[in-house]
Amino acid sequence: MDLAYGPEYEAFRAEVRAFIAKHGAKAPRRFGVSRPSEETQNWQRLLIEHGLTARTIPKEYGGYGAEPDILKSRIIAEEFTAAGLPMGIANQGISMLVPTLLELGTEEQKKKWIAPTLRGEVVWCQGYSEPGSGSDLASLQTKAVEDGDDFIINGQKIWTSTAHAADMIFCLVRTEPEAKKHEGISYLIFSMQTPGIEVRPLKTMTGHAEFNEVFFTDVRVPKKDIVAGRGQGWFVANATLKHERGMLGDPNQAGTRLKEITDLMHKETMDGTRLIDHPVYRDRLVALQARVFAMQFHGLRLLTAAAKGEDPGIARLIVKLQGCELNHQLAALAIDALGEIGVLYEDSPHLRAQGAWQHRYMFDLGLIIGGGTAQIQKNIISERGLGMPREPKPAKA
Amino acid sequence: MEFGLSEDQKLLQESIGRTLEKVSPLERVRQAAEEHAAYAGDVWQALAGLGVAGMLIAEEHGGMGMGLLDAALASEMLGRHVAPAPFVATAVMAPLALAGAGSKAQQAAWLPKLASGEAIAGVAVSERAAGAREGAGVAASSDRLTGTALFALDAAGADVFIVADKTGGLHLVKGDAKGLTRIALTSIDLTRPLGELRFDNVEAEPLSAGDAGAALKRMVDAGRVMLAADTLGAGWAMIEKAVAYAGERKQFGRVIGSFQAVKHMCAEMAAELEPCRSLVWYAAHAFDTMPDEASLMAAHAKALTSETGRFVARTATEVHGGMGFTDLVGLHYWFKRIGLNRQLLGSPERVRHEAAVLQGWAAD
Repeated sequence: MDLAYGPEYEAFRAEVRAFIAKHGAKAPRRFGVSRPSEETQNWQRLLIEHGLTARTIPKEYGGYGAEPDILKSRIIAEEFTAAGLPMGIANQGISMLVPTLLELGTEEQKKKWIAPTLRGEVVWCQGYSEPGSGSDLASLQTKAVEDGDDFIINGQKIWTSTAHAADMIFCLVRTEPEAKKHEGISYLIFSMQTPGIEVRPLKTMTGHAEFNEVFFTDVRVPKKDIVAGRGQGWFVANATLKHERGMLGDPNQAGTRLKEITDLMHKETMDGTRLIDHPVYRDRLVALQARVFAMQFHGLRLLTAAAKGEDPGIARLIVKLQGCELNHQLAALAIDALGEIGVLYEDSPHLRAQGAWQHRYMFDLGLIIGGGTAQIQKNIISERGLGMPREPKPAKA
Repeated sequence: MEFGLSEDQKLLQESIGRTLEKVSPLERVRQAAEEHAAYAGDVWQALAGLGVAGMLIAEEHGGMGMGLLDAALASEMLGRHVAPAPFVATAVMAPLALAGAGSKAQQAAWLPKLASGEAIAGVAVSERAAGAREGAGVAASSDRLTGTALFALDAAGADVFIVADKTGGLHLVKGDAKGLTRIALTSIDLTRPLGELRFDNVEAEPLSAGDAGAALKRMVDAGRVMLAADTLGAGWAMIEKAVAYAGERKQFGRVIGSFQAVKHMCAEMAAELEPCRSLVWYAAHAFDTMPDEASLMAAHAKALTSETGRFVARTATEVHGGMGFTDLVGLHYWFKRIGLNRQLLGSPERVRHEAAVLQGWAAD
């Protein structure tokens, strides 16, 4: 155990702080929900130029080209969080498509898509889930049929975040109807402007359209825009999902929330008494604080394992389940501490924090379900982590 | 930055585990419990041979001079094997009290004996750590103690006791001191002895060479981390037993471990307990190197691991079905161990209140 970072890293930390002191004022106030604003794109370029985002992506693809160093990445995150500054753009193009192309894309695909995606100029959506294929994703039905140099796509996707604002989609389609379900899938990338694509916003319980349904009718896509070849889509998607699950359940977010709730309970009063002075609410806060610390230290443990190239096994598999649930519990405490104010919404008077807690409480439920429901995560933990037997397949009728 | 164990620490933990597998299998635990033995002398001697008794004792007194993180790793193994050993008071809390507030003479008289496993030390600080129950409390007056101390740890076979009085002063009392009555308290967990000490004008040596208040705080913090680590080990043992049982037991033509209902219980136990490991490590490391954070983290580690331990103890028992409830498989030894750890040195509500006080969120 040595929680000190050492001189090389402290020097790096000083560089990050110097950047923040000099450029912090240029950070965008609002990121925009789906399309990065010009202000955001400028900020993104500045961060890439200084190696503060897209840090390890090769220069020829528009990144900074540094050697991977998990600790430096963490220092950047720590300093930006401490300064209350937004990091670079976090969207599915950057977090999922870019690593996938780096791993499996052709040289042409890498050259064409990675740099503009990193700069926030090209926005992507992810076409995986279908109405009948959620947890059992490999059962997806959207068809791509060969026609000369093209595929012709018909079918429907659902839960597609940012589809309404996306330029491009990375999409799983069934290209070999005769193959076994995991082997007949291909991974295609194509423009959302292609004729035959219809996007319908899907309003969620938050009252906002955070997702969409996307319908494909005779959508013509060049065959060359496939990643890693026909029938390889399941393999490609798993490489991508690995990156998605890594993002969900972030313990730093829980730390920020904990601080916000603590501040809230010190300010908010009930019958003239601060919530922090009510033993029952305070006890819940302290209990959650222990869990937040545990998950943060757990994160440090995983970070150390990753830096050493060790597989931490079950410790890694539990992060999404625990992290998402913890964030949800934190939002739930804030709502309870707010009492009846906790049910107000949208433009209501008396709202606190612009209704952020109410929104988070509902939105987090989506995160618990998305990227593999909690039940799917428990299957993964029990089967891969604890070595328990798989559920037997039902006999074919 | 490195948040993890060193190779030496991993090896140490493995060798303690191997030794316990050999000297303290379930049959030995059962025997010690049935005899209501104070502790199993052979188990403690084997551990002392590895240096476990003297882990926290300075080398000049015959110990290993290690840190609390090392002791936490040992404690985890003791919990894993429900070992009937006087570890928390004898190897951790009493040596810290002596090192923090004992005189040179007191240290020289007792630390080498504790380090070698030759002497056992009981610790009676419950009234200061978990709150005084009715009738309990010890008053000190001119090197004499009068009153009752409940829930003394490692009490039954102790050669010497460290006793906290009502004001937080610490005293050393010999096990055979005149006027001292020792009453064994039968608890649900028969693998570790609890005692009641009645003092009738008993001769005591104050531990006054250092700051006794600070020493008391340190020993309670350390004790809490040890109990948390013990629960961590016991909890993981229960999860592994549940997984193994679910992989063998058949119902409806399938092993029950292939049913999602059972798999999910096991996944939930693992997902809840594993983050406690990081918190226990951090709390122990904070005790060794970050004194400002030590008490808060010890309280958090104790409370969270106790809460999680209770969940694991009941769920793992449930996975075993009726067998879990019987004496046949002996699973209850782990259940009870976790149950005892939860209440000793402050139950979750109590230590969470202390955590709030430490952060200025509540009045003392």
